[in-house]
Amino acid sequence: MAAFGTGASRPPQRGGSGFRFTLYAVLSVVAMYLDQRGHYLERVRYVLQGAAYPVQLAVSSPPAAWRWLKESFQTREALQAENARLRNLERDLELRAMRYESLAAENGQLRGLRDATPPVADRWLPAEIVTVQVTGLRQRLLLNRGASNGVFKGQAVLDDRGLIGQTVHVGPWSAEVILITDPEHAVPVRIERTGLRTIAVGAGETNSLALPYLPANADIKVGDLLVTSGLGGVFPEGYPVAKVTEVHRDAVQPLAQVRAAPLARIDTDTEVMLVWFREDHPAAPHNPVLSGKGDTVGELRSGDAHMQPQPATHPAPAPAPAAAAPAPSANPADSRPAPAATPAGTRPAAPQAGAPQGPQPAPRPQQEHP
Amino acid sequence: MSTDSLGRLLLTALVALILTVVPLPPWADAVRPQFLVLAVMFWSVNSPRTGGIAFGFFAGLMLDVFQGPVLGEHALALSLAAYIFVREHQRIRSKPAFQQALIVFAALVSYEFVLFAIDGWTGHPVTSLLRWAHTVTGALIWPLAAPILAYGAGRRA
Repeated sequence: MAAFGTGASRPPQRGGSGFRFTLYAVLSVVAMYLDQRGHYLERVRYVLQGAAYPVQLAVSSPPAAWRWLKESFQTREALQAENARLRNLERDLELRAMRYESLAAENGQLRGLRDATPPVADRWLPAEIVTVQVTGLRQRLLLNRGASNGVFKGQAVLDDRGLIGQTVHVGPWSAEVILITDPEHAVPVRIERTGLRTIAVGAGETNSLALPYLPANADIKVGDLLVTSGLGGVFPEGYPVAKVTEVHRDAVQPLAQVRAAPLARIDTDTEVMLVWFREDHPAAPHNPVLSGKGDTVGELRSGDAHMQPQPATHPAPAPAPAAAAPAPSANPADSRPAPAATPAGTRPAAPQAGAPQGPQPAPRPQQEHP
Repeated sequence: MSTDSLGRLLLTALVALILTVVPLPPWADAVRPQFLVLAVMFWSVNSPRTGGIAFGFFAGLMLDVFQGPVLGEHALALSLAAYIFVREHQRIRSKPAFQQALIVFAALVSYEFVLFAIDGWTGHPVTSLLRWAHTVTGALIWPLAAPILAYGAGRRA
């Protein structure tokens, strides 16, 4: 520092501190600018998050130790009861899965597909919640899986009931998840009963989402199920999000005030699922950034020849009615008009982007600020 | 001597960081003092060469990783607080605890104001009055925290 001042004659605390403060202030402002504008600091964040992880683990260790103690001193009866419950549950789920397979096959036949599509979820990884930040302003989780496990930014996080959120910052061994109830988060959803698309915004409470963009005459009522609409490029289509709990229609307000309760048990979960989706699946989230470069499957591997992307003559109207018709159907995996419209269409159809984008009109409504 | 006090500085910073991020029930979370900020202020006043602005900057960077919307926000606010305290450390050090608490209160308010302004500029406006609660509790806890920190720093209060 002395090299910059007028030498050793100056008292070191005064002149030096002003200079150093200016230096660090400029550094912080540059960091903020880069982080906010260009996301250039992902590497820095990655390193810092790795450095912060031991502290976070240490902070979360007393509750974890308590849970472990409680588990290891559980009585025999309690364990037996739980075992019986889980066995029942497993039987039920297996029955349901059996039915699902046959339904999927039947659905494929009805649509003229040569073979039924596999489920959209490719693989998943259970992750433990390390710390929870749930205030009115920030609703975040920290998971104990990071880039070393293959976790990436913008990955969907679910629990066994529904959607939890998505990863925002990924460190080497940890990942920060923004919950769907965070006031800065918005999920593109569809009302399952009617197929109406809208956006569910976090309300800052773990038990509430707001639907601020529905007109007062929208067909929505208490008890309606909201599922992901597949728009926005993060969440695939058809995953349950929330149930409508409140609908207020005011004669003077142009918009209805609707609240919904998330299905995921956000405040009691200790374990969540990180999910990877098949990129070439019809119900997969359409991510222009990701699928743009890795899109080597240009040929029509499955699907009806009549359902190829239309030439540019009538772009939008062709897929639109097809998308509207099967939308309310209960099978979440197959409510796109044709698988031909997704992977085959995206690459060659760059000049006539209207055709394959029929079911996905909005390019990226991923995190919208109202 | 220097490495010894640097170790103590890192130790107190670590403890303060843990106290800052340890999960608390919502009512306690709202009034939780910013312990790391208090630690930075303490070191800036009592050992401006060991602590000071660099310490404030890196402590703020750590806070940004834990709870900041953009990297550099807490770093800027904490370097500012550290700068004020380093600059005036002789004057502040000679004051009785009560007046020190008042100065700490003013510094915490300016710290929070910087955060408030940056939050607004970067599009995460948080206008709840609760965000200012920690300035009061921080000032109230200062007369208590300063001797503890002094003990941690291994020198006379």
